[in-house]
Amino acid sequence: MRPAAELSLGVRADFPIFERARERPLIYLDSSSTAQKPRSVVDAMSTHLLEHNANVHRGVYDLAQEADAAFEDARARIAAFTGAQDLCTVFTKNVTEAINLVAYAWGRAHVGAGDAVLLTQMEHHANIVPWQILCSERGASLRYLEVDERGELSMQALQSELERGDVRILALAHVSNVLGTINPVAEMVSLARAAGALSLIDGAQAVPQMPVDVGALGADFYAWTGHKAVGPTGIGVLHGRSEILQDMEPFLTGGAMIASVDLQRSSWNELPWKFEAGTPPIAEAVGLGAAVDYLARLGMDSVREHELALTAYMLAGLEEVPGLTILGPPDAERRGGLASFTLQGIHPHDVAELASRAGVCIRAGHHCAQPLMRCLGVNATARASVGVYNDSADIDALTASLRGAREVFALDGAAASQGA
Amino acid sequence: MSNIVDDLYRDYILEHYKRPRNFGELEPHDLEALEHNPLCGDELGVHIRVKDERIEDLRFHGHGCAISQAAASIASEELKGMDLSGVRELGADWVLDLLGIPISATRRKCALLSLKVVRGAVTGDHAWPV
Repeated sequence: MRPAAELSLGVRADFPIFERARERPLIYLDSSSTAQKPRSVVDAMSTHLLEHNANVHRGVYDLAQEADAAFEDARARIAAFTGAQDLCTVFTKNVTEAINLVAYAWGRAHVGAGDAVLLTQMEHHANIVPWQILCSERGASLRYLEVDERGELSMQALQSELERGDVRILALAHVSNVLGTINPVAEMVSLARAAGALSLIDGAQAVPQMPVDVGALGADFYAWTGHKAVGPTGIGVLHGRSEILQDMEPFLTGGAMIASVDLQRSSWNELPWKFEAGTPPIAEAVGLGAAVDYLARLGMDSVREHELALTAYMLAGLEEVPGLTILGPPDAERRGGLASFTLQGIHPHDVAELASRAGVCIRAGHHCAQPLMRCLGVNATARASVGVYNDSADIDALTASLRGAREVFALDGAAASQGA
Repeated sequence: MSNIVDDLYRDYILEHYKRPRNFGELEPHDLEALEHNPLCGDELGVHIRVKDERIEDLRFHGHGCAISQAAASIASEELKGMDLSGVRELGADWVLDLLGIPISATRRKCALLSLKVVRGAVTGDHAWPV
């Protein structure tokens, strides 16, 4: 057993993966990629599959009704968790599918020649590529808000873009997966609306680590994913304003999304099922329901407070490592629980490989944000990100492993002089 | 030169990484190619000057991790003077043997990127070496 650690929520015992016996300890600092799962999530899925499994929306027998109830009850709890009770909540595979849904089903009906889609330079590829394809097909223009040297967006630049009068939709990340920047999305959504543009927020990095009230934010679409929020893979969420979704044609078509099918034409099911073609991720919905129950029990204010303290501790620790440059806002208050950095003289892949020798799991690469990498003038970065189970000892292990990487590369004065 | 002995980051790997041989541009050149490692966005290009169906000279350019840079540097010394027909025959084991370090599945593309770009320039085949 580890001694009681500082800056800890004391919940590590809820996550069985940390008990696995291996040569190296598991210092997991890659929750922005995917979070570890509490036992309650795995148990809920397991119980569902072992005791309540049936397809949904089809059967009249008891078992089918149990499955239906579990699936729709999970949807309601998930919507309540993000303050989206007044919106329609559609299950997708992930955020990528949610954004594709909007780009195809809404975009193709509402974006044409002379129109513009407005993104930011800090978007994940998932919030770039679907819009590129839409704009190229429709002859629309695709424009980007710049990221300044502090990793932030300018509201003045947004205002000028919107004043051009051609922006049909503003799509951006709530929290950047590379810079950590928390964008002022409520303000941005409201500026977009005043200019007659819709808005889509990619909340993949926000929902797992801070209180999010989608209703209060006012976005027309808000997407997030289960597996980063201590839930299972294979399920994502799209909250959308019902009146907009109602007017949209379907995205994926086939079973379950129809009202009736004739040989030559079909009509569509009601919301949200119109956008859920085929058998949905049922056990995954149950698992995500258990995940939001878990996070709600911790309290998202406590989760944010914990991750903020840990991020501040991480930024301070990283700054002490010689040759290390942190990207993004210097102030922990302005960012989510992650830090991307470069270490002079060592490629991020080698940094991550050497960190892993000490059991420290961090990500290295372009983080699916190549346009941002080019703006920042880097080819890749290393990224450490925290979750509810991390504590200050994990951060100490990270900074120690980075000092160790510098030693292996002989980047300290004494060692380097021998090799010259 | 390193304080710590590491299986992967041996002294000669770090030496080639820090002071890569045959890096830069080569003008004029007869063949060229540019390849990316999709895992990390790293890129590596090559310029090759050919004389009598042999590689007379070559230069790599681009950026990457210690493994990809060291592999390019070490391979460049072997490739100089090699018959183009010989280059066409080179497979993954050639460069892995030259590196002489245990390469995990996740780092395999780092190790093979330089051979991929050279084969691409010489044969027009841009597949990953096997």
